[in-house]
Amino acid sequence: MTLFDNYWIHFALFVVIILAFVLTMVMGFIYIERRGLGRLQVRLGPNRVGPFGVLQPVADAIKVLIKEDIIPAKGDKLVFWLAPVVAFVPVLMIFAVVPFQSGALLADLNIGILYIVAVSSVAAVGVFMAGWSSNNKYSLIAAMRDVAQLLSYEIPLVLSIVGVVLIAGSLSMTKIVEAQSIPFILLQPLGFLIFFVGALAEINRAPFDLVEADSEIVAGFHIEYSGMKFAMFYLVEYCEALAMSAIITTLFLGGWKGPLLPPFLWFLIKVVGVFFLFFWIRATVPRLRIDQVLAFAWKCLLPLALINLLITAIQVLVWGEALPWVIVLVNLAIMAVLVVLWSKLFRLGGGRVAV
Amino acid sequence: MAIKTEPFVLNVGPQHPSTHGVFRMRMTLDGEVVVDMEPVFGYLHRSIEKLAEGRTYTQNIPFTDRLDYLASMSNNLAYVLAVEKLAGVPVPERAEYLRVIMAELQRIASHLIGVGAFLNDCGAFMTPILYMMREREKILDLFEMVSGQRLTYNYMRVGGVSQDIPEEFLPALAKFVKVMPGFIDEYDQLLAENEIVLARAKGVGILPKELAINISASGPVLRGSGVKWDIRKADPYSVYDRFEFDIPTGSVGDCYDRYRVKVQEMRQSVRIIKQAMEQLPSGEVLTEVPLRMRPPEGEAYGHIEAPKGELGFYLVSDNSETPYRFHIRASCLINLTALSDMMIGWKVADAIITFGSIDICMGEVDR
Repeated sequence: MTLFDNYWIHFALFVVIILAFVLTMVMGFIYIERRGLGRLQVRLGPNRVGPFGVLQPVADAIKVLIKEDIIPAKGDKLVFWLAPVVAFVPVLMIFAVVPFQSGALLADLNIGILYIVAVSSVAAVGVFMAGWSSNNKYSLIAAMRDVAQLLSYEIPLVLSIVGVVLIAGSLSMTKIVEAQSIPFILLQPLGFLIFFVGALAEINRAPFDLVEADSEIVAGFHIEYSGMKFAMFYLVEYCEALAMSAIITTLFLGGWKGPLLPPFLWFLIKVVGVFFLFFWIRATVPRLRIDQVLAFAWKCLLPLALINLLITAIQVLVWGEALPWVIVLVNLAIMAVLVVLWSKLFRLGGGRVAV
Repeated sequence: MAIKTEPFVLNVGPQHPSTHGVFRMRMTLDGEVVVDMEPVFGYLHRSIEKLAEGRTYTQNIPFTDRLDYLASMSNNLAYVLAVEKLAGVPVPERAEYLRVIMAELQRIASHLIGVGAFLNDCGAFMTPILYMMREREKILDLFEMVSGQRLTYNYMRVGGVSQDIPEEFLPALAKFVKVMPGFIDEYDQLLAENEIVLARAKGVGILPKELAINISASGPVLRGSGVKWDIRKADPYSVYDRFEFDIPTGSVGDCYDRYRVKVQEMRQSVRIIKQAMEQLPSGEVLTEVPLRMRPPEGEAYGHIEAPKGELGFYLVSDNSETPYRFHIRASCLINLTALSDMMIGWKVADAIITFGSIDICMGEVDR
């Protein structure tokens, strides 16, 4: 154990673990999503490369590697080059504070969740750079959409995290997991809903996939990308999904905790479960319009997140940090009432503009 | 300092996933809002009308397959009706019923693609269209049984249909008719009352009743605007006057109405097929006509309610083997004429679904 207590060895070990974990999980996610979408859409999905098509992501990776790398003639070459990197690095950095099991993480920052919030927003800069430097109107529209969407959803997202932090009494990811004798999804059902919807918007997944919006702006910000740079964006997309699944698992589902199975396996199961929800939603619902997306964030999620924060604060004030089980039922009831009430109250707006 | 903004031009198409072919929209955008839209047609022009004037009446039937290639049977039917009117050819009773069955099956197949593509344009990631492809596949199997083809059937003939149905056709059709209403329910369960579909499609891309009539729109586009006009009822051709069916209409003429009208029309088509199967007589399916027929001098206009609207063929004969004039009233093109009125002032995403809800096929628009 003395060997692993050494700072640098710990650091080097976990960098390797995180890289390996992220890359294999992304491959796994691509396979699971394509296969799962296939089943949801009454087709088979990839089943040719390897047994049950498990090697399909590898085949895809080889394909994009040997593709020609095209840079638009009038694009901003430097920014065009940098964009995939700027988008990818912050997403990878999120995993530094994600606890795979008790004590198994790169850096147990005492401000872990704050660090995640700060770092994850940087990825949008990469997307904007890609959209801007491509010298393509479609990708420019996508870039503008991305920034507007990220700015709007960051706020309810963070506010719903604050509820969790209040109950756990710490910003450290490990402490948050340890505080969950009752998973926070039960103590914070409304917070979970808001966080989940916000997460979908944050990682540009359906129904908030306006940045890619295949049927409107074709592929959005990465329309001009090909070869390895395109693969980087593909990687970013799934890395973000993986990161968000891991964060949701840690904040709301009790992280590595679980009976019988080893903790790391529990963590994996929960992450894949959350990811399954992501692509189940993708296979089911259509896409919202940009003004509806923004209206939803400001008029629905933000007030609900504030109310949730207020209720949580009162509960923590009254009962301290050890909330009784009864609160679960109370909070579920509050969530049901608020969601139903708000969905009746708020209007999306939009409509025809006089020109 | 005030930020200066200016509108910019965005070319949507001719290569774009949502233009359903090679249609081009030259949109002028102010941010996300469409301030001007100029449609550009003609990328798929094949000069079918002129080519047809150099071929005999029988040789022209395959051309009609390639107009609206998602509804070849209907195109065949409209053309042979016009020729029969021109030459005064009688059609055996059994052939009339077979034509009705084929035309209605084709309507279901075409609407499945139309609805699926519309929901795809709304952003539903492929799921609805793949579910609908599953049933369309069954219809294509049925067509393959009778004609040997799965897309360009070339099944109708002047004076009937090319061949009688094989014996396995009717059981397969009966099975299909039995299960199809269940599948339509399934589509409705998936998305009809979905909050996002309602938010996206309700009140968007409105085509007012007056405008719809003025541009002589037809088919689901016209009925979506609340006009109860269906050529199967207004000017019954073939044996449509013997069947009982309703004409579903919308109320405001938005994208949602057009979508719902199509779904309800599928149910009505199933109803018609059921009745046609019960009444199907036996006997001949083809009146013998000379291969190189020479209709008497004159003109004729045959029109039907094709899946996408009124499809008409106007033929002028000068008593030679080839038509003197061959004109197609393409419903897709005419339905598109109000497109810019429907789009201006809406956002890009709305413009895309408005276009999708009209349900066009470029093969017919450009001919």
